[in-house]
Amino acid sequence: MRRFFYLLRLSGQSAWNRRGTLALVVFSVALSTALLLGIERVRGQARESFRQSVSGTDLVVGARGSPLQLMLYAIFHLGGATSEISWDSARRIAERSEVAWSIPLALGDSHQGYPVVATTPAFFQRYSYRRGESLRFAQGEPFRDLYDLVVGAEAAKNLGYRPGSVLTLAHGSGAGKLAEHTDKPFAVTGVLRPTGTPVDRSLYISLEAMEAIHLDWQGGAPVPGFQVRADQARKFNLEPKRVTALLLGLKNRGRVFALQRQVNDYPGEALMGVMPGVAMDQLWTMIGAGERVLLLVSLLVTVTGLMGLAAAILAGLGERRRELAILRSAGAGPLDIVLLLACEGLLLMSCGILAGTAALALLIAGLGPVLADRYGIALYLSPPVAREWAILGGILLAGFLAGLIPAFRAYRLSLADGLTVST
Amino acid sequence: MVGRAAVRLSRLVFAWPGQERAVIRISSFSLAPGEQVFLSGPSGSGKSTLLALIGGILRPRSGSVTVNGVCLHSLGGWARDAFRGDEIGFIFQQFNLIPYLSILENVLIPCHFSRKRRLRAKEAAGSPLRAAHRLLERLDLAPDLWNRQVTRLSVGQQQRVAAARALMGGPSLLIADEPTSSLDADRREGFLRLLLRECREAGAGLLFVSHDRSLAEAFPVRLEFTEINEAATG
Repeated sequence: MRRFFYLLRLSGQSAWNRRGTLALVVFSVALSTALLLGIERVRGQARESFRQSVSGTDLVVGARGSPLQLMLYAIFHLGGATSEISWDSARRIAERSEVAWSIPLALGDSHQGYPVVATTPAFFQRYSYRRGESLRFAQGEPFRDLYDLVVGAEAAKNLGYRPGSVLTLAHGSGAGKLAEHTDKPFAVTGVLRPTGTPVDRSLYISLEAMEAIHLDWQGGAPVPGFQVRADQARKFNLEPKRVTALLLGLKNRGRVFALQRQVNDYPGEALMGVMPGVAMDQLWTMIGAGERVLLLVSLLVTVTGLMGLAAAILAGLGERRRELAILRSAGAGPLDIVLLLACEGLLLMSCGILAGTAALALLIAGLGPVLADRYGIALYLSPPVAREWAILGGILLAGFLAGLIPAFRAYRLSLADGLTVST
Repeated sequence: MVGRAAVRLSRLVFAWPGQERAVIRISSFSLAPGEQVFLSGPSGSGKSTLLALIGGILRPRSGSVTVNGVCLHSLGGWARDAFRGDEIGFIFQQFNLIPYLSILENVLIPCHFSRKRRLRAKEAAGSPLRAAHRLLERLDLAPDLWNRQVTRLSVGQQQRVAAARALMGGPSLLIADEPTSSLDADRREGFLRLLLRECREAGAGLLFVSHDRSLAEAFPVRLEFTEINEAATG
């Protein structure tokens, strides 16, 4: 043990003596570590925030069809529209005793390419994302009047809206020229804070407003010769007839399977209940191929860094043969030489890993708030999780193994050289 | 019977692997405890090979090498390394020192690898550090140099540090391979005088190898390598 600590000290002093060259090695290890760890962290948190786009929701109810398509359309407002369900069925399910709360969502219209979602004020209280965070207003408040509208953070920023702005909605979504509901303009009452979820890119109106702007429409076009003015619309029965999806929160999560079965067997209408967590995982495996490529690339960078470490130590061996022979003549065995070089590799790796981790922490601390504020990407400064410890341990182990290459080369050299110092 | 000679060679034959012709063939040679032997011979005659055999770096094809009463071929690789660390101090022609260690640290190296030498140094001076101080002082290296980088020393000073390290912890044998070759003429004698005195003081045998016969007079025993090595003549 005493001998091991001496060798450790010796390798430290020797490395310090060559610090000019070795600093580069440490730098490359630090870079690899920061990259690998950073990508893992972004990956983990991207996955987490994706999964958590609808945290707190136990069941999503929609028309029977593809669960993934329902999730894509209802939650992410992407892909083709799904069939709708009748307001009657939605209300009956929402009124069941095991349901704690419900959020109906009706989609279809858009504004400047951003989806417009019709919902109830419950949305602003109940919708939660990430670790149970609820929506908060950056400015203003939820819609109250029929022609009020709430804007998500990104849409508000890109379109320059704030409370008081007035805008009109387009019928349908997608590119090209869309018919506008010009006769019924909306006033912005609130702007939401960034969440890193599809909420940021959406506009929210009430279900009644959705109904009102479509009073004089039929089959995607205004009914010729029939027009309901904005103030006239208030006198109509504006109870919605159909919605796209219903988000449900249960009083007791354990009942979710039973409720799902009942929804799937709902008499009179072909409905489907989807558990968001399961569907999100499926979606992620589809769209998550990119992150795996990213991880692969950063792994390769790390391997390159470690090869650089082995190469730098190997290259240094030539000029250190004398040093090693001196140690041999003063009583060091070949195994001591192996240990000396292995210690050096381990020392360099430790320095590099520490520096890389520290650099990443600084980066996250510095950029984290900016990222969260501007893009809703949440990067927290937190102690490494089990997976990250495993990565750090893996890098250290790989570095140690890479360090054994020069160590065994030195072993063979010192056996061949013996004590002959003169060269 | 194996006596307690510092070195005893008997019927020693060595050839490089894969070669027929022996480069070393010594029927008998011994160096008594504390004896100081001058071994001269032209360079390339196999002197360094002999030293490697005595140090246990190379293994003879036949015959035996005994150092301080222990037969080297009875020891395994590890034990041979440990034994060399315990019993033999080496001084080479030049570049004997680790550049990134101070003078004092260089002298202390053997005590880190050999427990025996650490204990002997402790016994002799109270602690390895005190033993190192004493040796450095006796070799005319002033205390203000001790913590200095070895690269700042003159070659003569460096060789004296190397001698201190070789003597550290009282090995039974010192092997000096052309230790004076990189010194200028008037420093050679001073170094030799110090080395001989310290070996005598420590009771260590000294095998001094050099091609420079002008140094031989200081030694009680002088041998011509080509005379003891039968392989050289045949």
